[in-house]
Amino acid sequence: MDSVEALVAHVQALSGNPEEVSHLHSLLKQSEDSLRSQASRLFPFLEQLDPSKHSLGYLYLLEAYSSGPLLEEQASGYLLTVVEFIDSCSAEQIRLAPDKFTSVCKSFKDQVMQLEVAIRGVAPLRTAIRKLQTSSEHLTTLHPDFLLLCLLSKCYKAGLSILDDDIFEVDQPRDLFLYCYYGGMINIGLKRFHKALECLHNVVTAPMTSLNAIAVEAFKKYVLVSLIHNGQVPSFPKYTSGTAQRNLKNYTQPYTDLANCYATGKFSELETSIQTNIEKFQADNNLGLVRQVLSSLYKRNIQRLTQTYLTLSLQDIAGAAQLKTPREAEMHVLRMIQDGEIFATINQKDGMVSFHEDPEQYKTCEMIEHIDSSIQRLMALSKKLSSIDEHISCDPAYLTKIGRERQRFDFDDFDSVPHKFLQT
Amino acid sequence: MDGDDEGVTGPMGDEPMFSNGGGDGQQQRGSKAVMGGEQMDVEAYGSLYTGRTKVIRLLFIADRCGNEGMQLEALRLAYDEIKKGEDSQLYREVASKIAGRLGPQYDLDQAWADGIDRRAEQRKDKLENELNGYKTNLIKESIRMGYNDLGDFYYAHGQLGDAFKNYVRTRDYCTTSKHIIHMCLNVILVSIELGQFMHVSNYVSKAEQTPDMLDAVTVAKLRCAAGLAYLEAKKYKLAARKFLETGPELGNNYTEVIAPQDVATYGGLCALSSFDRSELKSKVIDNINFRNFLELVPEVRELIHDFYASHYASCLEYLENLKPNLLLDIHLHDHVETLYTQIRHKAIIQYTHPFISVDLHTMASAFKTGVAGLEKELEALITDNQIQARIDSHNKILYARHADQRNTTFQRVLQTGVEFERDVRAMLLRANLIKHEYNQRAATRKI
Repeated sequence: MDSVEALVAHVQALSGNPEEVSHLHSLLKQSEDSLRSQASRLFPFLEQLDPSKHSLGYLYLLEAYSSGPLLEEQASGYLLTVVEFIDSCSAEQIRLAPDKFTSVCKSFKDQVMQLEVAIRGVAPLRTAIRKLQTSSEHLTTLHPDFLLLCLLSKCYKAGLSILDDDIFEVDQPRDLFLYCYYGGMINIGLKRFHKALECLHNVVTAPMTSLNAIAVEAFKKYVLVSLIHNGQVPSFPKYTSGTAQRNLKNYTQPYTDLANCYATGKFSELETSIQTNIEKFQADNNLGLVRQVLSSLYKRNIQRLTQTYLTLSLQDIAGAAQLKTPREAEMHVLRMIQDGEIFATINQKDGMVSFHEDPEQYKTCEMIEHIDSSIQRLMALSKKLSSIDEHISCDPAYLTKIGRERQRFDFDDFDSVPHKFLQT
Repeated sequence: MDGDDEGVTGPMGDEPMFSNGGGDGQQQRGSKAVMGGEQMDVEAYGSLYTGRTKVIRLLFIADRCGNEGMQLEALRLAYDEIKKGEDSQLYREVASKIAGRLGPQYDLDQAWADGIDRRAEQRKDKLENELNGYKTNLIKESIRMGYNDLGDFYYAHGQLGDAFKNYVRTRDYCTTSKHIIHMCLNVILVSIELGQFMHVSNYVSKAEQTPDMLDAVTVAKLRCAAGLAYLEAKKYKLAARKFLETGPELGNNYTEVIAPQDVATYGGLCALSSFDRSELKSKVIDNINFRNFLELVPEVRELIHDFYASHYASCLEYLENLKPNLLLDIHLHDHVETLYTQIRHKAIIQYTHPFISVDLHTMASAFKTGVAGLEKELEALITDNQIQARIDSHNKILYARHADQRNTTFQRVLQTGVEFERDVRAMLLRANLIKHEYNQRAATRKI
């Protein structure tokens, strides 16, 4: 009893400047066990603390409290407390104990999901990520949780703010897998297929020593999105891990079959292939995407016609794209013109469609700006690349490994290369 | 000769059949086999060849022609030819294929076959004994001869695998380049019949590497063999080059493999399918050596000239007429379709090339097809990016499409930028993961 009160007093006293806080941190670490043992009666003490000033102490108490069992009626109060804490806590203080903060956020997420009010968790978790990450390139453990809540609450747009950051620093490979997988799904939801492909591609080609379920599911979606977006599934790039290359296709047979059928360009075959595997697609929750694959075949066929024809009757379009009636063809063409996928005009009197070239002349100010921004981005990226390259070539761990491996192959190499490097 | 009498009556009876279904084939067969004149096509064709290839080619025709009269004629000729040789296995096969349809003269002659077998057994023992004797005496030249004889023996009896092995074994005992050439030619001969064209090209290059000057006939033979090997490997351009390089010395010296008429046909078709206009002019039409070959097969000569002169309709007509014959050719049959499509595509591409706009009706009549069919073909070629044009299906006009260099460059640049960005980011991410994993493994090792 006393210890908690004493601790609260300490927290109140020692939250002023960084040195005091680090002293407090060690005190808190020592009393971690005693806090846990009294988890259920910690809640009242929280009110004595100010989450913005005493963030670290508050965090420890909150973490201990949330690690204990939560009663139903306490839940909503708990949620409010956490939201308030996340909103007002000081970033410097919580970064001293990232594990604790993550664990609080996780239990918060579990609560939100249990109560089936995912949407209430979206905003707080976004704030939490921003406070926890040291830079926007840092992937925290909270990223996948946040995206999951976005997915569950269908707040895809909210997820974008996080997804648009480039991620380079990763703590846990599993976080990355999940982050990219959920990110891919959010992008699919928003029909940003090229972004979705990028995310799923990262999962599929990530280095892995053993196959995991996330990669398998991601590959299924990767196949479907590739078909929708590009009309074909690219083969594995050579940097894909051997495990993935060998095994992924075995686990995703219906999808590879589908891709093969798609490649033949025959509508009826594709449809039968879908029908035979429809249960599997349904079980994977991919049926919607599969249907989109089917309709993308029409589009692709029509798009191909624009490359070869200047004018073509709707009747012929229907024939070439394997649509049933000219009316249906007209509808598809119309929709594609609307979406900016083809450039064409329909002459309803003769039932003819004339296709035009892309009117983009690359002369407008917007285009120049767009190009300029791409150039800037790429320059920044290549600068980053060379700095990382420099960094790696000076990394002692890397050099010793390279030196050791060389020795095995060629004695001469070992003699000259590592010694030279080791002296510097 | 009884056989000849029978042969005359046989085809005579089949005459009506030919005038109906095989009329085309008969006419070209006759023209292809110039020596045969107006005689029966199969016989004339057969007379171009000697040795085993004659039998094999005739049997191939019998298998493929799908016309009983022609089949029987081919089988009859094959039967006669085999009886001159010693291959009892093949003899039995042919006799069973004839199945008594050519009368008693062409039934299985069991006694003859058994006699051949018995003699073969004895001869084989004798040759093997001799070879063993040479081997113990270690006389290089004799061992080579021994192996060579054994190879010849196996070849004559149709045991091609063994023949091949024995011919190859002589290689270790070759002392002069003449021996090497001899060995190579033997191996090539067997390999062609075995259908192992990898060996053919190997041994052609071996023969060509011999230090001594080769005589013109051998060079021509090697060129033909190399051409065949490339043809089988579907490298039509290289095949065309080899056939075009074949010297006129070939004459009738290589009839156990190829007739000069074949050189013209193979070379001409391969050249048409793979050469561009200027190459066609300089390497085929102006090639004096090859002109001699072309004279033997006027159709091929005409169609090449027609192609060059852009008379596509008559060129394609010639091709169409030649087709049934070529399908019966033992080497070309697999490639006829590919070569024909390539030639046709080339013709279409060449036709459209100089124009800004082409009326599809005119073009269709030039190619003797319908507008709809032509449109489909053009569509495929445009999709393949072989013709830069677009079809105005409403007015049935083909418009050349001049790609705007500036726009495509912009497009490509932006595309490349996007790809680069994506790849680099993915790469950095992977590098980080690997680094992380490495660090983690190092950390666990320390603990």
